[in-house]
Amino acid sequence: MTATVPTTATVPATAALALGDDALVLSHRLGEWAGHAPVLEEEVALANIALDLLGQARVLLSLVGDEDELAFLREERAFRNLQLVEQPNGDFAHTIARQLYFSLHQHLLWTELAAGDGPFAPLAAKAVKETAYHVDHAAQWTVRLGDGTEESTRRMRAALDALWKYTGEMFQPVDGLDVDGSALEQRWLAELAEVLDRARLSLPEGPRTGAWSAGAGRQGLHTEPFGRMLAEMQHLHRSHPGASW
Amino acid sequence: MVAVTPETGQDRALAAAFEAAVAADERVEPRDWMPEEYRASLVRQMAQHAHSEIIGMQPEANWITRAPSLRRKAILMAKVQDEAGHGLYLYSAAETLGTSRDELLDKLHSGRQKYSSIFNYPTLTWADVGAIGWLVDGAAITNQVPLCRCSYGPYARAMVRICKEESFHQRQGYELLLALSKGTEAQHAMAQDAVDRWWWPSLMMFGPPDDESAHSAQSMAWRIKRHSNDELRQRFVDIAVPQSEALGLTLPDPDIRWNEERGHYDFGAIDWTEFWEVLKGNGPCNEQRITQRRRAHEEGAWVREAAAAHAEKQARAHAEAPAQADADAAADADADAHAQQHEEARV
Repeated sequence: MTATVPTTATVPATAALALGDDALVLSHRLGEWAGHAPVLEEEVALANIALDLLGQARVLLSLVGDEDELAFLREERAFRNLQLVEQPNGDFAHTIARQLYFSLHQHLLWTELAAGDGPFAPLAAKAVKETAYHVDHAAQWTVRLGDGTEESTRRMRAALDALWKYTGEMFQPVDGLDVDGSALEQRWLAELAEVLDRARLSLPEGPRTGAWSAGAGRQGLHTEPFGRMLAEMQHLHRSHPGASW
Repeated sequence: MVAVTPETGQDRALAAAFEAAVAADERVEPRDWMPEEYRASLVRQMAQHAHSEIIGMQPEANWITRAPSLRRKAILMAKVQDEAGHGLYLYSAAETLGTSRDELLDKLHSGRQKYSSIFNYPTLTWADVGAIGWLVDGAAITNQVPLCRCSYGPYARAMVRICKEESFHQRQGYELLLALSKGTEAQHAMAQDAVDRWWWPSLMMFGPPDDESAHSAQSMAWRIKRHSNDELRQRFVDIAVPQSEALGLTLPDPDIRWNEERGHYDFGAIDWTEFWEVLKGNGPCNEQRITQRRRAHEEGAWVREAAAAHAEKQARAHAEAPAQADADAAADADADAHAQQHEEARV
């Protein structure tokens, strides 16, 4: 599972796109919460996380090319984000489960990249601090919902189960990303188990990747809701070719 | 509880001291004696202001997922987030007068308290985001800057921070419209259309003319309000007219012209029928805005209940095993402090 491609002075475009698309797409999904959050404090918190991720996305995409061309003019099959981050918001528990799975992973990844001297180290050094807050936020809500009322426990468990099958993809090797995926995965499982234990929940069971041998998000294969998300995100930009905003 | 009208000698003395303090431009603080009408008037105004912030998130959030560049998307998300933050400060300021956020939200949801009518208009194109920033936030600032000197301390202090952020909002709106106005023909037309639709409703934001304004006179005497509706409206027009020229956009009022004698711009008559109709609930989005707000609140009920139930379990655990619960609370406080620090760093 180890990615063996050495980092070079030039930016590995595949890796920058993969990480940039993850941040871009999850930021977009979180932005859909604006005006719909369960409590005013969460309007602020979810927007905060969305803004951090959008900032990361802009840096990463700009390493590869023009950020707007990449965000607004690529077709669905050219996006390299994980299927996890494109999943619709669902209820608040689904949003929190998605965030917990992703932020735990992203935090481990940024920590490792920040410690190295590869092309992502400067971004990772800043992003790791932001992501630590995202993990705190998701973990605290997982605990509140998991160990809250009967209804919240049921919803939290359902959300963790529903998204479980998208978590395996996070540890697949990515061209140009110099990390040990299986070591990352072990740490991720341990940290997740610790949060779920505090929430009085257990690790979901079942497969962590889909049965489709063609691959998943990293190969440009997405889930159906993603096309609609892109249609909404891209339509205005595409309606005015060449315009600047 | 203090009597509504001073009946005893002591009440009369308190009332006189209050009037004198307000007249001397001293700040009234939460623990100070204040007439019940003053308290009620402030709660009404601060609640309406807080409600406007959170309802006002909707028309702009309508464009977050369609923002045409990543830079604009980041700016818009930050702006809508600021509005949620303003709602928080204002509900907190209202709490210093003994009215909880839940109580105020109930009143909003049941239609017993209002929010600014401007948010009952739809955002139909991307340019509306710019028009809201330039005109609606511009009008709001004109109204709100004097509130930084309002007689009630917590409100005045909340307004200082809010006005700083609003001024950023106004500039981003102006800058957004400028980019459109100088852009392609279609972009310019989009900007002009938005200004045509938002101009008159923005003028109505200052409220009815002075002789028809229900709360103005008393609010001015109490130094909650410092200038009349018509004065503020004129101030706004005087600023907006030259800005529209710089933008290369026209304002939809053929009667606008400089009046040398008055030293102000004259402008045409406002259609107050529309104002009163929208206020009564007949605007294009009244139903939609309040329905979305209620739905978000109702659909979030289970989340709030879970948070309360969890907090209660923690409190019980604390009673049974104080040391461990203290450690948990410390971890929570630490995380909160982190979030706060993070938020401030970003602002």
